[in-house]
This record gives sequence, C-alpha cells and structure tokens, in this order.
Amino acid sequence: MTYIAKPKLAHPGIPTNELGYTRRYYEGAVSTLCAGCGHDSISAGIVQAFFELNIEPHRVAKLSGIGCSSKTPTYFLGSSHGLNSVHGRMPSVLTGANLANRELIYLGVSGDGDSASIGLGQFAHCLRRGVNMVYIVENNGVYGLTKGQFSATADKGSKSKRGITNADSNIDMVGLALQLGATFVARSFSGDKAQLVPLLKAAVEHKGAAFIDVISPCVAFNNHAGSTKSYDYVREHNEVLNQLDFMPRREPITADYEAGEVEEIRQHDGQVLRLRKVSKDYDPHDRIAAMNILQARAAEGEIVTGLIYFDREAEDLHSNLNTVEFPLNTLGEEELCPGSAALDLFNADLQ
Amino acid sequence: MDRTDIGNPDYFHKVVDCQWACPAHTPVPEYIRLVAAGRYGDAYMINWYSNVFPGILGRTCDRPCEPACRRGRVEDEPVAICRLKRVAADFKGDIRKRLPTGAKKKNGKRIACIGAGPASLTVACDLLPLGYEVVIYDGEDRAGGMIRSQIPKFRLPERVIDEEVGYILELGVEFRGNTWVESLKDILAEDYDAVFVGTGAPRGRDLNIPGREEASRNIHIGIDWLSSVSFGHIEKIGKRVIVLGGGNTAMDCCRSSRRLGGKDVKVVVRSGFDEMKASPWEKEDAMHEDIPILNFLVPKEFNHVKGKLKGMTFEKVEAKYDDTGRRSLIPTGEPDEYIEADDVLVAVGQENSFPWIERDIGLEFNEWDMPVVDKVSYQSTIQNVFFGGDAAFGPENIIWAVAHGHDAAISIDKYCHGEDVSVRPPPRVDFSSQKMGIHEWSYDNDISNDLRYKVPLKDLRNALANIKVEVELGYDQNLAVAEAERCLNCDIQTVFDHNLCIECDACEDICPTDCINFTANGDEADLRTRLHAPSENLDQDLYVSPDLKTLRVMVKDEDMCLHCGLCAERCPTGAWDMQKFLLDVEHAGPKCRDPKRPSKAA
Repeated sequence: MTYIAKPKLAHPGIPTNELGYTRRYYEGAVSTLCAGCGHDSISAGIVQAFFELNIEPHRVAKLSGIGCSSKTPTYFLGSSHGLNSVHGRMPSVLTGANLANRELIYLGVSGDGDSASIGLGQFAHCLRRGVNMVYIVENNGVYGLTKGQFSATADKGSKSKRGITNADSNIDMVGLALQLGATFVARSFSGDKAQLVPLLKAAVEHKGAAFIDVISPCVAFNNHAGSTKSYDYVREHNEVLNQLDFMPRREPITADYEAGEVEEIRQHDGQVLRLRKVSKDYDPHDRIAAMNILQARAAEGEIVTGLIYFDREAEDLHSNLNTVEFPLNTLGEEELCPGSAALDLFNADLQ
Repeated sequence: MDRTDIGNPDYFHKVVDCQWACPAHTPVPEYIRLVAAGRYGDAYMINWYSNVFPGILGRTCDRPCEPACRRGRVEDEPVAICRLKRVAADFKGDIRKRLPTGAKKKNGKRIACIGAGPASLTVACDLLPLGYEVVIYDGEDRAGGMIRSQIPKFRLPERVIDEEVGYILELGVEFRGNTWVESLKDILAEDYDAVFVGTGAPRGRDLNIPGREEASRNIHIGIDWLSSVSFGHIEKIGKRVIVLGGGNTAMDCCRSSRRLGGKDVKVVVRSGFDEMKASPWEKEDAMHEDIPILNFLVPKEFNHVKGKLKGMTFEKVEAKYDDTGRRSLIPTGEPDEYIEADDVLVAVGQENSFPWIERDIGLEFNEWDMPVVDKVSYQSTIQNVFFGGDAAFGPENIIWAVAHGHDAAISIDKYCHGEDVSVRPPPRVDFSSQKMGIHEWSYDNDISNDLRYKVPLKDLRNALANIKVEVELGYDQNLAVAEAERCLNCDIQTVFDHNLCIECDACEDICPTDCINFTANGDEADLRTRLHAPSENLDQDLYVSPDLKTLRVMVKDEDMCLHCGLCAERCPTGAWDMQKFLLDVEHAGPKCRDPKRPSKAA
C-alpha cells in the first residue's frame, strides 16, 4: 500500500475523451493493496475502459462483496455509485439495484473467495437470470487477507507459498459461467491490459450477463514457483484464442485482415467489436465448443484467454420479466397510483 | 534504443533540470530541502560552495534555473529557486566558522586578478585556501565590481555585498583598490605566476542620432549613470524620463529614476515586448512601479532647444519576418511619435573594452576585438593569462562569472603545477537510496499542489521614497517552507533494476504523469510515438532498460516525472529505487590534478 495520495498533478498533454475528461478523472482513491497486486492492474484497466467508452462516472454503480478484490472499487471510478455488500452477497444486491434502476451500468467486482466459495450460489443465480452487468472475478487462487490459504479456484496439485500441495479439485469459474447461461464469457490476465481493456469495454456494451475471469497474481502469497497463478506461470501457459479490438462508433470500418481471420460484431448501440482470431478454427458463438476447448486445454495445463463465448441474441432480466421501461425512482404518483378505473380494469382482467 | 547508461554522470544530472541549467551547477533541490527543514545555514553553505554569493544571487541572479524547472512544465510556474536562495542567506545566522580559512602555509605562487568583480573574487575564493597569494586590482576603492556599481541598492542592499565580498577578502586577498591597471604588459612584468582578467564589459553603448551632442547634458549612458547613482554622485533626475533599451539595465535605470524624482518615467524599446532582453520578472517589477513600456519605437532624434533637451522623436515600426524567420523592423508609415523628456537614459547594450591590453604582447584578439579565450580552460593565447566573467565572452550574468571563475581557478592551479589545463576533473557523484521503510522515504515525496508564492514587497509609496530601501521583503519562513514544498526533488532519481522486475505493471499504473511504459523496443523516434503520454520534449531523455523477461523494455520519459516515488512504493520487488543523486562540481585543488603526476609545487 501507499501512504501518500496520488499527486493531483498530471501530464499536461494527456488526452481527454468526448466528455472532456482525462483518464485521471476516472481514478479513485489510492490503492491500499500490496505493492504489485494484480488487482491494481485490473483497476487501471477499468479506469482506461470507462475513459475510452466516454461514460460519465455517475452513470455507473460498482458493487462488491468482501476480500482484496472487493476492496478495489474504492480505487477506481471515484465519482460512481457503489457499496461493499456482505461477503458473497454482491450478486443479490446488484440484482436488486439493477431491478430498481435499469439505466445504470452495473459493475460487480468479486474475487475467487467471494464468488467461488461463500458466494457460489449467488454467483450462479445471478448469471442464470441474465442480469445486465459486468461480473468481474479477480482470481488469484488464494485467500490473501487471511495470509495465503488455497482458495476454491486453486488448481489441484499446485503448491502454496509454504510448500503444501493442493489436494482439492478446483472450480473453473469460466466453465461454470458457460454452463449457467452467461451470454458474454471471457478470461484475461491482469498482466495483459492490451487484452483486458477491450474485453472490459465489450462486456460493458453487452446487454446481458457478462462475466470476465481475470487471473490476477497475488504477489504476497501466490507468485512463487509451484503456483499456477503467478506472473511467470500465466505468461508461460497463456493460450490466447483471439484478440478483441474495440472500434469507436464513428470510425469507418476498414478491414485489412485476411478473410476468416476477423469477425466484426455489431453491438446493440451501433458500436463495433472486431475480433481477431488467433486460433483460426475457434468460433466464439458456439457454447459447446467453448466448453470443450476449455476442458481440453485445461487438461494440457494451458490457460485459455480471450473472448470465449458471446451470444449475439442475448436478452436480460428486464426483458424476461417484462418490467417497466424506466428506473423506479422516475415513476411519479400518476404511474404508481393510476386510480380506481385502472384498478377496475386490472381486476376485470383477473376474473 | 540501447539501454541507458546511468553510470554516465550527465544522464541523471540532466534530469535535475535546474542544476543542469545553472552555470555553476548548484545542487538546487538539495538546498531547497534544507530550507524546508529550516536548516538555513546548511542550505547557505551548499550554495556558497557552488556560487559564492548566495545572498547577492538570491536577489539578482538571472535565474537560468527557473525556465528549466520541471515544475514549470507540469504546471504554470517554476519553483522560486532564486528567492529561496535568498531565504537561506537571510536566515542562515552566523556561518563564519564554516567558511574556509586562508592557508597558513603559502605555496609560493602569486596570482594577479584584474578587476574585483564576481569572477576575480571567485578565483581568489578557490585559490587562497590552497596557499596562493592573490592580488586583486580594481579602480574603485571597494571590491565588488559591477555587483557594487551597477545593481541598484533597492534590489541589493550594500550590507549584503559587504558581507559576501568580505568573506572572500578575509581569506587574505591583497586588495589594491583605486588602482586602475593601465597595462597588461606591466602586470606581466611583475612577479606573478598567472594573471586572471575579470574586467567585465564596462562600456555602455551610445546612440549617435541627431541632437546627441547638443543635448548631452541631459543624456546619460545607463551603466555609467547607475554607477554614479550607486556611489552617490547622482541624487536627482528630471520629472520626465525616457529610458532607451529593453534589457535588465534599462529596467534598473527606470526603476532608479522613479526613486530619484522621476514622476513620468517611460521605457522605450525598438522591439516588441516579448523579444525584450530583460527577464520577465524585471519587466513586471518595472510595470508594478507605474512605468509603461512602449514597444516598436525606433529613436530618431533628441529634440532640444539650444542644447536644452525637450524630448525625443521616434519612428513607429512593426516586426516583419522573412522566410528564414529573421526579423526586421519595418517603418509603419504612421507619423513619428514625440515624447517629452527632461532626461534620457541610454541603456542599449554594453561592450567589452580592452584599451589597457597591448596588442603586441602575444595576446590574440579575434575579429570582434575580443581576446581569444579557450571555452573550457579560459586560457588566453598567453599561457599564464586567463579570462573570465564578461571579459571572456561578452556580457552575461553574475552566475556565469562565478562559473567562469571556478573553472579558471582550476586552470590556474593546474597551470601552476605544470599540468595540461585542457584535462578537466570529472564531477563528484554520489548515489544514496532514500528508502527508510516500506513506505518511508528520507525526503518528502508528497507533492504540494500550491501555486507559486509571490515574494512580499514593500508598499510602493515607501519603496519609491528612498533608493536605498530594499523593495523586496523576501519570503518569511512560513512562505519559504510553502514555496520549498513545491520543489519536485528532481535529484531523487528513479533508478530501475531490470533484473528484479516481474512486469506486474504496478509502476505503470500508479505513475501520476504516465512516464513509465513497458513496450517493445524501437528507435527513439518510434518509441516516442508509442508511449502512454505525448513524448514531445526532445530535450528530455528516455530512460530505457535492457530487455525484460517478456522481451519488452521499460521506457521512462523523464520529461514530466514528479519524483514522487510512487513507482518505487508500488514496486513489489524493489526494482525501482529512489536514489539521491548528488553531483558536486570539483573546484580547484589537489583532486583536480593528475594523481599520477608528482606535484611540482610540492
């Protein structure tokens, strides 16, 4: 952690976005995590993504549970809404908030302890329901706040800092998300912002349940030989499926790639994602193929990263429930209390 | 790019912009920290060692350091480096015990210095403790040269000059005042081992336009007039005064006029306001004293009636630039401007003048009638005659004279020991880690957001009432601390060890000014286009590491680095360290001499 606040002085030449803000405007308080924590890189990635998306910070709600990862919303988007909820209960709080105000952008920030252990049930149901959000798991395979025990995502056979071998099977969050019906599933690495930032931006633009598993080395307790979530191990075993480029709305699309190498994906709001395939025969719209490749590569000890699955026809909780189009706080007395004539009509409908 | 060689003292020296820009290479951040800590005496001594006249320079320096200051690039204005130097001088207490003393044992060498200005005094200051006998000649009865004669007392009180010139005289200078040297040949005929010429640029340029001779009673050459004012020979001037010229001398002239009875004082300049040679702050000070500066007016005639000056006529011009960017002043064709005046002060430049140097003694002069002087050793074409200050390369400022003096002293010392004066000593460089604990540094890395503090002034009415009253009150101790906190501590260097880096990006993420990048290597022009923040200041270096594990390199653009140390605080492996880089320029003495060569003097 750091004792001084990050100086307000910035490079006078840094760019501003369409709203006139610099990237610095999207920062939060200075991090109190350990120096070198992967989570801080993810925070920097989130800052960069929201800056580039020209999103006003007050249109964002960031929600988290408990843990190192759940502390991080303090360190980015300082002018956004947000709260730390109960351990593992972020998904329910987020679902409720989303139902009440569908116009905000929801960022669920969680870790492997918060989502794969105490909050596994919440995690599952939130994805099942297709809540429109970005669910980020900052995954380091270790309980850092309690000094380095294996978490539920630690690979079987990997070693703790004290030399103990993990005998338990691991939970693969990406596999679970695919199975549970998330409509945007990706994995990335905190040490590769070139990959992470476009994925974050695409996930924010996705209407539906977007899940990103970000492997984020714990420098204090899980960055040693024998760990499968260290900087070195992830760099050596990272199998990149594809690279996402995020095209701003106004830029004309000029593809200079070979046919079949690039896929352009038009978002619901007109933005375009350009997916450069690294693994040529991989189709990110095929959920079953995605599950297969995940298992097959995992068996070889490789970590698959990139945009793993993407549902072009995704729907979210609100359309499934046919809820009112507007945030509840905008409804006035007229809408909430439409009068006895409306009540009579409603009752007649039930007879 | 190749990896940066941080072993080269110049690399980190350049990062300390102020010190690099200072001709005497004063370790600025070091003394500013000491001022902030209230250790004024220590701050003063650091200055004294580098620039000999902290109290004088703290009031009068031309401040090459301030335009260079990194703070001025990160926000609007640089740190008030110069006035913090004055603070060190104002509050230092008694430092006499810390000054060197004249050598008890003489080395038998005798040096003559011609002129008792800052250059000669610096030579004396460096050579006396080594055992030299130093004789200084000057036409005035007191030492100080232009410091005493040309700088108005409301900017630089006499007591400050007496004190700091006194420190040097007390080292055992043999001062021969009221002695105008008429002949270098005669001096050389005396028993001196070396001669140092520090006679300045004593001649003010004149303006030969119609009416000059007839009205000469009320037309004065700026620097001569200033010295007459300084020595009390002139105590009055007319109500309406025109000052011609746009340099710092013109500013001193107009402000002095305001204090000697000038009510309607105008500065008239040929060029535009921005092209004026005067320092921006001196122009500001003049305007603050209700002195208008009129630009683009070329003097045409002194108007007089039977030799009594009535005013001046000026032609109106505008600046035109040709394809090569060369400026010429073209008449606009508008009617001439007439300005009434009782007195005119001509401050349109000054020149060197060496009528006392015989041209047949082997001392070569160049096409501009300036002595041929080596830029490094300050040696003339007579081996034992050295030049420094304005006498060497034309009019500059005190701080240059001091730098020349230090360098010439090294040459004289080497010459007197039979050594090659072109072999120069390397600077002394010292690195020390500032790490005290996990998040503790032995410097204050929390950067102040304050804007530059104004130096309090005496109220205008009282300031103008007496030419001897110092107009600037100087920072008090609280203001000094606040201003000192604005310093970015550029001498606390970010030192990167690529062997320890695990490429976690923590430094890249935390850097408030986006200096740090991890990227594929390339040539400099290419790299500069690929960094997080615009990298357009080509005067500032890129710090490039060797290849890292991922075959990328760390590239840091030094331009905007705040030296806040957050990269090092966020680094989990200590790959970044904040190390104080202390560079001291070596001064004359045994360390400058060749260690392998037995000393002839010994």
